[in-house]
Amino acid sequence: MGIGIRIEELRKVYDTPPPSAARGGGFSFSPVRSAKSGPKKRFEIVALDGVSFEIRAGEVFGLLGPNGAGKSTTIGILTTRTRPTSGRAFIGEHDIWREQVSAKRLLGVVPQRPNLDFALTAREILVFHGAYFGQSARESEKHADELLEKFKLTDRATHMVRTFSGGMMQRLSIARAMMHNPEILFLDEPSAGLDPQTRLLLWEIIREYNRLGKTIVLTTHYMDEADALSDRLAIIDHGRIIAQGTPKELKASIPGGYLLRLRFDRAPEELIAELRKLPGVTEVRTADHIAADVYADRGGPLIGPIVNTANAAGIELHDVHIAEPSLETLFLHHTGRSLRD
Amino acid sequence: MNWKTFYALLSRDGHVARRNLLPMLLQNLLQPLLFTFVFGRVMTTSGMLPAAYKSLLLPGVMAISMVMAGVQAVAMPLIAEFQFTREIEDRLLAPIDIGWLAVAKIITGMIQATFAGLVVIPAAWLLMGSGLKLDFGRPIEFAAVCLLVALFSSAGGLALGCSVGQTQIGLMFSLVLAPMMMFGCAYYPWSALSSFPILQIAVLANPLVYASEGLRGALAPQFPHMNTWLVIAALVAIDGLLLVLGLKKFQGKAVS
Repeated sequence: MGIGIRIEELRKVYDTPPPSAARGGGFSFSPVRSAKSGPKKRFEIVALDGVSFEIRAGEVFGLLGPNGAGKSTTIGILTTRTRPTSGRAFIGEHDIWREQVSAKRLLGVVPQRPNLDFALTAREILVFHGAYFGQSARESEKHADELLEKFKLTDRATHMVRTFSGGMMQRLSIARAMMHNPEILFLDEPSAGLDPQTRLLLWEIIREYNRLGKTIVLTTHYMDEADALSDRLAIIDHGRIIAQGTPKELKASIPGGYLLRLRFDRAPEELIAELRKLPGVTEVRTADHIAADVYADRGGPLIGPIVNTANAAGIELHDVHIAEPSLETLFLHHTGRSLRD
Repeated sequence: MNWKTFYALLSRDGHVARRNLLPMLLQNLLQPLLFTFVFGRVMTTSGMLPAAYKSLLLPGVMAISMVMAGVQAVAMPLIAEFQFTREIEDRLLAPIDIGWLAVAKIITGMIQATFAGLVVIPAAWLLMGSGLKLDFGRPIEFAAVCLLVALFSSAGGLALGCSVGQTQIGLMFSLVLAPMMMFGCAYYPWSALSSFPILQIAVLANPLVYASEGLRGALAPQFPHMNTWLVIAALVAIDGLLLVLGLKKFQGKAVS
């Protein structure tokens, strides 16, 4: 019943641009130059910097972070497609890098961008995928037809996939990953580019597969998706895990819960000190001498006092944004950056 | 070793190759056959070349067809599959060591190369008209040379396909394949280069030379050709080298 994943101190340093960077998936690593590099500048980017966590058998685990945080590299290592520079990862009892074939039997992957075999039709893609996993022709054909039906692709089954729309390709990618009934299903940014309706369908499919006792690992930079689907989450940024737990635990860890993002014409220290004294405020951070992030246990009721405080100091309030307790505010709290920055 | 998976990978490549049979044939055979017609029929019939040239030309054309077919059958799909669509990814995730995927590609390439080579014989017979003198008295020698040529062309295709990006395909043809064809002793025997001693030595680095000379020795031994054992030894060495290089490049390209 279900298989878990254990990751110990994973590090990945690319010395050539990763293929995914060449694919232009919005990768934005910050280059780190090694101290010893001589006159010739060596290309080196640290994608993962000592990542450890555990994914329990049968849970939906979300890996949340902005573009270039190391999500896809983590998935790459867990699915044998990327060689870790150091550290180890296990699927069940199998060391993923050393026992690749055993690991590959247990996992199914839905990539960030559909990588369907363009030389084949939709049905052939599924049937051949089944055959790669040792299914007999009858078995794989039966299963392929069931999945085509389920993903509403039956009428296009005999068409070459290069004629498919983005959403159809995505559906077929998921069907393909499920073809060999893997114990662990990886979905890398599954709802990127999907319309809201297809997205809900996708969520339902993920939940349904999880109910069969399968482990699901998904990466996303959508907070609501991580919140709605995951049993547990890890937030990753610049190759490090900065927080992990259930969505509820993580949200409860935000000081105060509410976040008020304020912008003034100027924000001197005296003003910040006054803001810290307001009722319910747990933390105030400043940026650029004009902005302040106020963490508090209330939202709207605090606006009045803030305006009064500013007026008393002769400072003008330009902008207010109130964020309710969410993973977005959590990410902001830990990194000082918004997820989409 | 997981035979079921390996067989499935092979049958996928076979399935795609069968689907593309006609364009594949046109792509690989049209040029050599046009060459056969112009030099083997037009030039000989008009008396500008001796009739015996037909038999000298045919093994060379066959060598070119095999090499081009083998290289292209492996390299072209590979270049496309490793591009940003990463079509190959699903097969890399099949439960088998990824090196076997490269081996499957080589085997499909060898089959296509052999097919493209054998088709030249009856086609050239029709195109060249009378006067073609081929000797089929050495079937084992012929089969051995064919096998080794097919292997180096598809292993070479693997190495090329993993080193070249989609934007450099044109460059691959003009910088690698075109000089290889011209200096591959396909249109003239190696001994004809004796008046160009430096060139004669330099072309020995070209695998196509051994393919042409080997097939010439097997099919048209009445013309000067390299010693068959020498040719086979050279082909075995080239095969080994390109196989190791190709597999290494493939591993490097497949895992980030």
